[in-house]
Amino acid sequence: MRDINVSELTNAVKKLVMDANYYIPKDIRDSLEKAYKDETSQSAKSILQMILKNHDISREKKMPLCQDTGVAVFFIDIGQDVHFVGGDFEDAINEGVRQGYIEGYLRKSLVNDPVIHRVNTKDNTPAIIYPRIVPGEKVKIVAAPKGGGAENMSEVKMMKAADGIEGVMDFVVERVKKSGGNPCPPVIVGVGIGGDFEMSALLAKKALFRNIGERNSDPEYAEIEKELLNRINALGIGPMGLGGKTTALEVFIEYMPCHIASMPVAVNLNCHATRHKEIIL
Amino acid sequence: MAEYRLETPLKDEDIEKLKIGDTVYLSGVIYTARDAAHKRLVDLIKDGKELPFDIKGAVIYYVGPAPAKPGYPIGSAGPTTSYRMDPYAPVLLDNGLKGMIGKGPRSKEVIDAMVRNKAVYFAATGGAAALIALSVVSAEVIAYEDLGTEAVRKLVVKDFPCIVANDMYGNDMYKEGVEQFIKRGKI
Ligand code: SF4
Repeated sequence: MRDINVSELTNAVKKLVMDANYYIPKDIRDSLEKAYKDETSQSAKSILQMILKNHDISREKKMPLCQDTGVAVFFIDIGQDVHFVGGDFEDAINEGVRQGYIEGYLRKSLVNDPVIHRVNTKDNTPAIIYPRIVPGEKVKIVAAPKGGGAENMSEVKMMKAADGIEGVMDFVVERVKKSGGNPCPPVIVGVGIGGDFEMSALLAKKALFRNIGERNSDPEYAEIEKELLNRINALGIGPMGLGGKTTALEVFIEYMPCHIASMPVAVNLNCHATRHKEIIL
Repeated sequence: MAEYRLETPLKDEDIEKLKIGDTVYLSGVIYTARDAAHKRLVDLIKDGKELPFDIKGAVIYYVGPAPAKPGYPIGSAGPTTSYRMDPYAPVLLDNGLKGMIGKGPRSKEVIDAMVRNKAVYFAATGGAAALIALSVVSAEVIAYEDLGTEAVRKLVVKDFPCIVANDMYGNDMYKEGVEQFIKRGKI
């Protein structure tokens, strides 16, 4: 049994949310540089150039990449031999979010009630937390703050087995097409297939955090990822939707078994300003 | 595709020369407003009351900035998605608004109102928020402070970078940019 004081969680979360908002992951940066070289239209090139310059400014001045510093989402793998002491697990995470968003000059983008009052919670809490128990005595925290523009373009569809892989692909391509310039393309497309209603959405979100170029380990799904990427980039939506070659940097599929009567499919989009940072305690 | 440096408030002769795809660097005063502020502005117009700023020739930027760090006038300040302002924009355009800055396509009603009133819609680069913030010289909340990041701010900007997405002739870069790409791909 390993004791971990929850204050360690608070400190880790505080640093993660700030770093995720200031520093673009290297694989995304490299992929956007490549897109900049490949684009031929003037507007696509100038938009990508601004995006790349923005990375440099964010890093140097510690200003968030995007003003929408998102809802703070965490995937936390907790070793089953860990014992948290010194306070409440969720409170500690939320305290880290509070401190990070206030001290890091990040925008507070949450409202207390979704429909009736919509009053800002002023400290960007509550966080959305997905804990999972795993073997061992470590804790892995993945912070993935997510903006509203890209999240709003997501969809879950309860499809039929008869729709087949063609049906799934059409649904994904159509979702990206309908989104146009709204989710700040170039986007990353996360696709979750199987599980049940909510699990498909979770798979789609998790898929977003694979590294650029890392294909699904199943060769058949890897092929579908490649084909979807080609079909999506043939749409011509381009950077910020003003036309161009690069609509998506990647398509990632995650799947799992599901009920004989079901075929849930979820699409979750992430913008080029992908915020993602992890730490192991 | 041309490049222009323009001063606000925008005049008809400025707008007449703009075509979709043109790059524009805006300088002068622009006002910020998102969904909640738009609702209040339109309610004021409906009630025949005065707006918190002069809307004739004005440019509204759809943004909810991040908090300013010490020594900076504003935090990161990129555009938010414009379609959420579509239900309100035609009323503002009919009352003299000349420019809007945001991201993503506009509805037919907004495009028609731009044609009717000689107005333009500029696309700013979403997610290039720190870069855009550096073009802001000063920022001051002038209305609806209770809305926090969504309050109406008066910004003085210098060379704010944007692209003409809808011109006063009814052209739409979100449609034509994509169509051109597809045509080129087929040749
Ligand atoms: S979609 Fe992403 S880059 Fe665009 S405004 Fe939202 S958070 Fe920023």
